[in-house]
Amino acid sequence: MPWTKKLLRVDLTNGTCESEPLNMDWAKMYLGQRGLATKYFVEECDPKVDPLSPENKLIFATGPLTGTAAPTSGRWSVITKGALTGAIACSNSGGFFGAELKNAGWDMVIFEGKSPNPVYLNINNEEAELKDASALWGRSVWDTEDMLREICGDDNIRCASIGQAGEAQALFAAVVNDKDRAAGRSGVGAVMGSKNLKSIACRGTVGVQVGDPMKFLQASGACVKILKENAVTGEGLPTYGTQVLMNVINEAGALPTHNGSDVQFDGASKIGAEAMAEPRETDGKPNLVSTGACFGCPISCQRVSQMDPNHFAVKGKPKYHGTSGGLEYEAAWALGCATGVSDLEALTYCNFICNEYGMDPISLGSTVGAAMELYKIGAITDNDTGGIALEFGSAEALCKICDQTGLGEGFGREIGLGSRRLCEKYGHPELSMTVKSQEFPAYDPRGIQGMGLTYATSNRGACHLRSYTVASEMLGIPEKTDPLTSDGKAGLVKIFQDLTAAVDSSGTCIFTTFALSADDIAPMVDADLEGEWTSDTLMEIGERIWNLERKFNCAAGFTGADDTLPQRLLKDAAKTGPAEGKVAELDKMLPEYYELRGWTSDGVPSNETISRLNL
Amino acid sequence: MQRALLIDPNTCTGCQQCEMACSYHHEGNFNPSKSRIRVFKFELEGRFVPYTCTQCDEAWCMHACPVDAISINPKTGAKEVSAEACVGCKVCTIACPFGTVNYNSETGKVDKCDLCGGDPDCVKACPTSALSFTYAEEAGMKKMRLWAKETDKGGQVENKAYTEEDIAGYLDQLS
Repeated sequence: MPWTKKLLRVDLTNGTCESEPLNMDWAKMYLGQRGLATKYFVEECDPKVDPLSPENKLIFATGPLTGTAAPTSGRWSVITKGALTGAIACSNSGGFFGAELKNAGWDMVIFEGKSPNPVYLNINNEEAELKDASALWGRSVWDTEDMLREICGDDNIRCASIGQAGEAQALFAAVVNDKDRAAGRSGVGAVMGSKNLKSIACRGTVGVQVGDPMKFLQASGACVKILKENAVTGEGLPTYGTQVLMNVINEAGALPTHNGSDVQFDGASKIGAEAMAEPRETDGKPNLVSTGACFGCPISCQRVSQMDPNHFAVKGKPKYHGTSGGLEYEAAWALGCATGVSDLEALTYCNFICNEYGMDPISLGSTVGAAMELYKIGAITDNDTGGIALEFGSAEALCKICDQTGLGEGFGREIGLGSRRLCEKYGHPELSMTVKSQEFPAYDPRGIQGMGLTYATSNRGACHLRSYTVASEMLGIPEKTDPLTSDGKAGLVKIFQDLTAAVDSSGTCIFTTFALSADDIAPMVDADLEGEWTSDTLMEIGERIWNLERKFNCAAGFTGADDTLPQRLLKDAAKTGPAEGKVAELDKMLPEYYELRGWTSDGVPSNETISRLNL
Repeated sequence: MQRALLIDPNTCTGCQQCEMACSYHHEGNFNPSKSRIRVFKFELEGRFVPYTCTQCDEAWCMHACPVDAISINPKTGAKEVSAEACVGCKVCTIACPFGTVNYNSETGKVDKCDLCGGDPDCVKACPTSALSFTYAEEAGMKKMRLWAKETDKGGQVENKAYTEEDIAGYLDQLS
């Protein structure tokens, strides 16, 4: 069946694993993955819970399309209360782990409590067991996967693990699967580390059924065709990856640079998609070796990169001389533009170790950018950094501090606090480029106005993947809007947020929505599942999920006052480019957004909204 | 004229849609672990390589089978396993030098690629045309033509991907 209709409940405190039937009433209201796991989470967890305490829960969830032949069916999510944000966290990933979990017969795994000793969860179809991970503790994600294959005696297992950063509870630690795919944001890896849970090693051979196979294959085939024929999903992303955006966003004057001081970066062309494909001056080989796909994905946006073995970051370190997951746009932006570093090889190295040690490159890069500004104004000194000259543009300093952060050593422990806590600690909270304690990504709201509202209202803290209005404002999908105006963006953000929440709950990738509408996706879901599923059902589910997350955040202590942006974006106008003279016009969008959402003027879902959505 | 599966690893992205198509065709669900075609990832080299039975003429598996459970489908040339006749002795899995015949513990029989009766679903499911189904005797012609084009240049030809359109176009030229 599309839903396996069972979940695995793992009590880490007592070391038990129990199978439990899925709540099908909830499944029909929340679909799966992000939505359904959030429902379980809010029903079971106190919103005031300390994210790093045993009382927080951690859910790994698949969607009803995960593991099927639907295009991009490799998606899965981690749901918890975020260590970085203290808000609801849903961090999505691709790769192959999610499909394996589904193939083993599980819709989700709920972890509760805290193990007295390091453990990993071994899943082999219906069998699940917690096992001693003392030999794995202290190891990187890469080593952990290799060792688990050996320990389990099975090359086919798929793993989702934390590295040293998660063990050290760096607040933006990630859960990394298949060595270079990550549930990156909000510190879900720190929560995993706080529970002494090192990894899930999974093997699934049960297979995945769909409700009406012939109808399903027809609907999924139609979607594949649309994806292949679309300029973004059929050509742009396969050829250039997400890095296709680097030069585009720079030219639009929406590339936040040097900790958000500027909106254009003169080093952009050295670190974008074109630069990755060009032969290097040093050894004549390109950084980009090939492209890869996640499970079931016809888009294949993944970059596979290989570094110059003589680059200072990896010289004499053969571990980094093979290919591995290359730079995505957000990572290249954070590690490069936010820090002013335009050394493509250094950024590639930092991206490798984000995967190896298990860190979110967006939060890491942005926090290093903030530290560099603190260093520039003298708020931190060589005494604090242990002698690392944290100057904007220094590739050496970047590589060193990323190493330290991943390993939880030296000044890296301070970086591991994230930008908000770091800047507060050193007396300059205004220098933190965060919303709800999470670092905003690679789009400057002064140049792309819709992203201001996106960041301010994102339930998991600043994020581009809750409502990617860049699609409309820059790429004209589904229709072109002017990036420099805030008019009409409230409605746009709401639609994107609701559709994204539904897609994130289905088991497929949000990148499909560059080409597919809810009308294209609904027939796949309808053929897959019991009951009737239309685009309206999906949008309603998306809206329900959005409000459920919001309700949790309100109960956790967030208010409308947290729906804001760093002062720099609201007060300091862009100095160059098409957005010159503009600030982020959040005040013009937020009241309209609350109204469209059916929330009070303080940003609380009204009783009427709550009853309309059956919350 | 019989056709053969042509695999172009350069074009493969490792998405495993071929494995889902194969398992659906043969097992009725999406289950890569039961697929007769497998994609191998060589992670330090950034390469993805699909691999399955190449349908040898003098098939080791067929000759080794003590109960004649493997026979040639005269229409497709595929070596097919008769589930009725197979006794699950696994001798064929030892005989096959390529490892493409495998035991299925759920059925107690062996599984191998049967070209889906002459219209392989893996080819149809591949989103990058890394798999194609082409006339066996002409499978190498495309590469030959590319090399021929470069022969007098003294340089190496770029190992490019052949799309279905490339192959269709070439076959048109041949006919």
